[in-house]
Amino acid sequence: MAAQAKYTLPDLPYKHDALEPHISAQIMTLHHTKHHQTYINNLNAALTSLTTAVSKNDIVSQLHLQEAIKFNAGGHVNHSIFWENLIPFSSPNAQPSAAPKLCVALIARFGSVEKFQEKFNAVLLGLKGSGWGWLVQDIESGNLEITTSKDQDIVPVGKKPLLGIDMWEHAYYLQYLNDKGSYAKGIWKVVNWKKVEERFESTLEGVFGTLAGLRNNL
Amino acid sequence: MSATLFRTSTAARSALRAGASSRAAAIASTSFVRGKATLPDLPYDYGALEPSISGKIMELHHKNHHQTYVNGFNAATEQNQAAEAKQDIAAQVALQPLINFHGGGHINHTLFWENLAPSKNGGGGEPTGQLKNVIESSYGDFSSFKTKFNGALAGIQGSGWAWLVKDNETGQVQIRTYANQDPVVGKYTPLLGVDAWEHAYYLQYQNRKAEYFSAIWDVINWKAVEGRLK
Ligand SMILES: [Fe+2]
Ligand SMILES: [Fe+2]
Ligand SMILES: [Fe+2]
Repeated sequence: MAAQAKYTLPDLPYKHDALEPHISAQIMTLHHTKHHQTYINNLNAALTSLTTAVSKNDIVSQLHLQEAIKFNAGGHVNHSIFWENLIPFSSPNAQPSAAPKLCVALIARFGSVEKFQEKFNAVLLGLKGSGWGWLVQDIESGNLEITTSKDQDIVPVGKKPLLGIDMWEHAYYLQYLNDKGSYAKGIWKVVNWKKVEERFESTLEGVFGTLAGLRNNL
Repeated sequence: MSATLFRTSTAARSALRAGASSRAAAIASTSFVRGKATLPDLPYDYGALEPSISGKIMELHHKNHHQTYVNGFNAATEQNQAAEAKQDIAAQVALQPLINFHGGGHINHTLFWENLAPSKNGGGGEPTGQLKNVIESSYGDFSSFKTKFNGALAGIQGSGWAWLVKDNETGQVQIRTYANQDPVVGKYTPLLGVDAWEHAYYLQYQNRKAEYFSAIWDVINWKAVEGRLK
């Protein structure tokens, strides 16, 4: 465990104001440079403490640190996935037609892309507290599923995340206030369907990319 | 705005008693089932807690968020009554998370409004009397208690509440955190609650939640908190 790598804030693949008017520049700036950065800072701090605890053979401290590591690493993983599956509305990749193979699978599973989106939004609005909505693919069966994770839990083992939507209040409150239904509708205008299609066709390791090593430590 | 926190409906008066003791909370929950839960009036104006909490936050928090919990609780309760009438136990069990979430949201916010007060109207300062004694017995002094309470608030991972509660078995007080809208019920009596959901501070403090946790002490209604100890 010596020389623990430090995690760093990934750049966004677009400018902070690029998702306007569906997600405001103020939200994106705070969300990326403050919230995501805080998860990374707290993760690095917890990993440093863990290194110390390991070197002292202090198993109790190691166990106490697990919660902070899980929460903050989850925050880093989830937000990294989230930024990548968004794109400005003006991009052709913001249309479902940029994901032809996935759309075939969504239609087979949910009847139509619109029905999938309705179902997904109902699941988002059913969250009780902070959390995430996910389109995942079961790795064994290949089936598509809509699921949620609470707080900063990542999608469970055996599922490959294709699309993640942040339903923490910080993700929408400055713009949508308590109207989370409008946020859930608006976010579809800036979904990067091409990226979701790439994940659909990719391995689990491919989806997590450089995060795979981190995920395996959770 | 009305000077009393609660409308005079049975359900609302029961909600007030829910703050007084856990036995009353049990009574309140049965009378909620018979009547409709209603949104209580605030005992102060929306802007009265400034600068600790902005008027805009208070208005949205009370008129929209709290109202949504009231509506959700009434809807879930109605469905539960229908399931009861059909003796559909599975449906009743399936409704419990919704009842816990929305009923908890209603109870928690009702207690929260009541344990706040404008600085010019008794808010802030330090606890006195018996409350001061029990806090000092558990935490040494008021400043250590505040530090611990703020630490508990900061440590909440996701949405939730921090509470000063009384352990009904020992009579001692302690700080506990609760996820989402889980209410303080059972072994503990709620004394002081602080809402740590992002909607409680985001418009004013954004990600700087420690500033909200620090400012809220200027508007704590210690008399109301002490009243719950009895
Ligand atoms: Fe977050
Ligand atoms: Fe977030
Ligand atoms: Fe709240």
